[in-house]
Amino acid sequence: MASHPETPRKAGFSHRTLERNITLLGLLSLVTVAIGGIVEIAPLFWVDSTIEKVEGVRPYTPLELAGRNIYMREGCYVCHSQMVRPFKDEVERYGHYSLAAESMYDHPFQWGSKRTGPDLARVGGRYSDEWHREHLKDPRSVVPESIMPPYAFLAEKPLKAGDMAAHFKALRAVGVPYSDKDIASANADLTLQATQDADASDLQARFPKAQARDFDGNPQMVSEMDALIAYLQMLGTLVDFKAAEAQEQPK
Amino acid sequence: MPATLAKSGGLFLAMVVALVAMAQAQDSAFAIHMGIMALAALIAAVAVMATSSTTRRLGHDESHYDDAPVRWGVIATTFWGVVGLLAGLFIALQLAYPVLNLGLEYTTFGRLRPLHTSAVIFAFGGNALLCTSFFVVQRSCRARLAFPGLARFVFWGYQLFIVLAATGYVLGVTEGKEYAEPEWYVDLWLTVVWVAYLIVFGGTVLKRREPHIYVANWFYLAFIITVAMLHLVNNLSLPVSLVGAKSYSAFAGVQDALTQWWYGHNAVGFFLTAGFLAMMYYFVPKQAERPVYSYRLSIIHFWSLIFLYIWAGPHHLHYTALPDWAQSLGMVFSIMLWMPSWGGMINGLMTLNGAWDKIRTDPIIRMMVLALAFYGMSTFEGPMMSIKSVNSLSHYTDWTIGHVHSGALGWNGMITFACMYYLAPRLWNRQRLYSLRLINWHFWLATGGIVFYTASMWVAGITQGLMWREYGADGYLVNSFAETVAAIHPMFLLRAFGGLLYLSGALVFAWNIAMTIAGRIRAEAPMTETPYDARADRPLPAPALQPAE
Repeated sequence: MASHPETPRKAGFSHRTLERNITLLGLLSLVTVAIGGIVEIAPLFWVDSTIEKVEGVRPYTPLELAGRNIYMREGCYVCHSQMVRPFKDEVERYGHYSLAAESMYDHPFQWGSKRTGPDLARVGGRYSDEWHREHLKDPRSVVPESIMPPYAFLAEKPLKAGDMAAHFKALRAVGVPYSDKDIASANADLTLQATQDADASDLQARFPKAQARDFDGNPQMVSEMDALIAYLQMLGTLVDFKAAEAQEQPK
Repeated sequence: MPATLAKSGGLFLAMVVALVAMAQAQDSAFAIHMGIMALAALIAAVAVMATSSTTRRLGHDESHYDDAPVRWGVIATTFWGVVGLLAGLFIALQLAYPVLNLGLEYTTFGRLRPLHTSAVIFAFGGNALLCTSFFVVQRSCRARLAFPGLARFVFWGYQLFIVLAATGYVLGVTEGKEYAEPEWYVDLWLTVVWVAYLIVFGGTVLKRREPHIYVANWFYLAFIITVAMLHLVNNLSLPVSLVGAKSYSAFAGVQDALTQWWYGHNAVGFFLTAGFLAMMYYFVPKQAERPVYSYRLSIIHFWSLIFLYIWAGPHHLHYTALPDWAQSLGMVFSIMLWMPSWGGMINGLMTLNGAWDKIRTDPIIRMMVLALAFYGMSTFEGPMMSIKSVNSLSHYTDWTIGHVHSGALGWNGMITFACMYYLAPRLWNRQRLYSLRLINWHFWLATGGIVFYTASMWVAGITQGLMWREYGADGYLVNSFAETVAAIHPMFLLRAFGGLLYLSGALVFAWNIAMTIAGRIRAEAPMTETPYDARADRPLPAPALQPAE
């Protein structure tokens, strides 16, 4: 026990070589810790089956992206997952299990790790805009058991998303396929999507299924509430899972 | 003198750059952060000029160890520990009573939770690692710190990182990745500090007077190198503007998820395990006055621990859209990880061989043993939770929260407190700690706190996990999500009570350290009396003569 390595030197490799040379020790440590990540993460970038081919997934519109940035700013991912696991109870509670393709344009991903509140991967279209407004302002007014913080300030703050063209350019640089047209009209699209009865046909041609209306019920101003609800209302709505449903229904 | 001039000139230049960035800022949070940077540069410049005129140059006195940064580190560890625990108690109460979110955007759970996790992991744990590594590397190498100026930069630069990260969370500046929330410019700043840390640590090992590098330093070195690798890769992101806070991660979706949990799990593996095992390998043998149990075991468990840990990340993504092969690989390696983890625990505990009585007589040893016991418990629980079928129940619930707290409060907290108790009287040249009996109070408050915390979170997690998947006889889900939230409310109260106990223990600790620094000694009965019975301490009387028959 506790023998100090002052034993006679053996031929060949001995651990004492490493114990006497910090450069060797450091380099070998680095190699040792690099292996796992290389084997596990690197293939995800080139194995094609990692992300299945799915119809309908598209990048976020400027308003949805601004809403998503508010979602991150407020730390929603701390309590809400966006990842439905393939279990019967989860599929019945939240909807079809999540596909890798559905978050392929998410920089960063927001799958979450904790469900202090329910999963939000498919919350889009499940509640009305008005429900979301009331719920965000005072969660307990619509869900008495809720322990969510109130976010009334979102409705009072005008949306200052910054230059959305710059945001799109940064995202395009990391791999999101925004077109030049998307970037050129990003700032105009931002307000257009939050305006009631505006002509959104051009936006919807480039961003299929984009919902355009006054989300916060306040036509005077494009608020942070507009952006966040626009984001929540599109979550999980892009892929049409009806096509994958069983064809034969019991009468 | 020219060196001082160049240094303070450079700092003034940095201040001007920060002020220009502040004026050009795209958003108010970035402006505030540049203001803090400018202020820090100004204070540093003034400090450089003041010290050069009044005191001798650093690094001349080779006959003493350079302990000033270690002393600051003990104070910083104590301060951030209390702050982090206070934040934790507050957000625990927010979950029980949502009215405590106060209706302000700056005080919501979503913004304060990263503040709590970063304060305890990076501020409390990080300062403990910095100051103990500076202390240990000097003693075990019998050499004074290399680059004393750089060591001071590491300490203060790290505090600046903490302030930037913490204020950022409250202002809503985040990359949206757990435990890696600080934005790109704060990440860059931490990178600079971390490289300086590697230089100071490696430089001191290089100038050692001992032929061998002691095992504690292997762990510190692996911790510094691996954290650098994880930090650089996981935080790769593209800023929208060079004068704005927002950036977008270089990775997306499934790749981003695995990169994040490769980082996240190894923040646990290297920040909270390898680094803290280094602390264990120096301070447990010193306090027990016994050599490390097994040299061979330390070699085997060092290499297997650092090799296996890296693979365990995917167990955070079981049953998600991550490919199955990666999930299974993560699970297998997580289970294997149990062995090297227990190798470390055994090496620590068995160091007490022949000195087990110290658990009774030495409250610091008792604290170290408790830390190792919790290390063993949570490194068994972790592999168990990484089994996919267990994980299907435990994931997304408070069981995970309980698991990390048994590791963080039990292992990281207790070993840190024990090391600080060891350091304080030695660093300030005191006869002993202010009070050994207060350590006893701290020990039991903390132990009780952990029991309440982990037990309540087990119950909450398993309750909620089972309620989510409960089906009635009619074939429908029984519980709405809201009902499962209401069901665990009592557990949230018990958890907060556990946190209150643990925080109280930490306040007792802070008081003890502060009084020790102040040079006070509490008049108290010693922990153990030397057993002495005067009646027994004499020769037996001669036997009385038996009467003759």
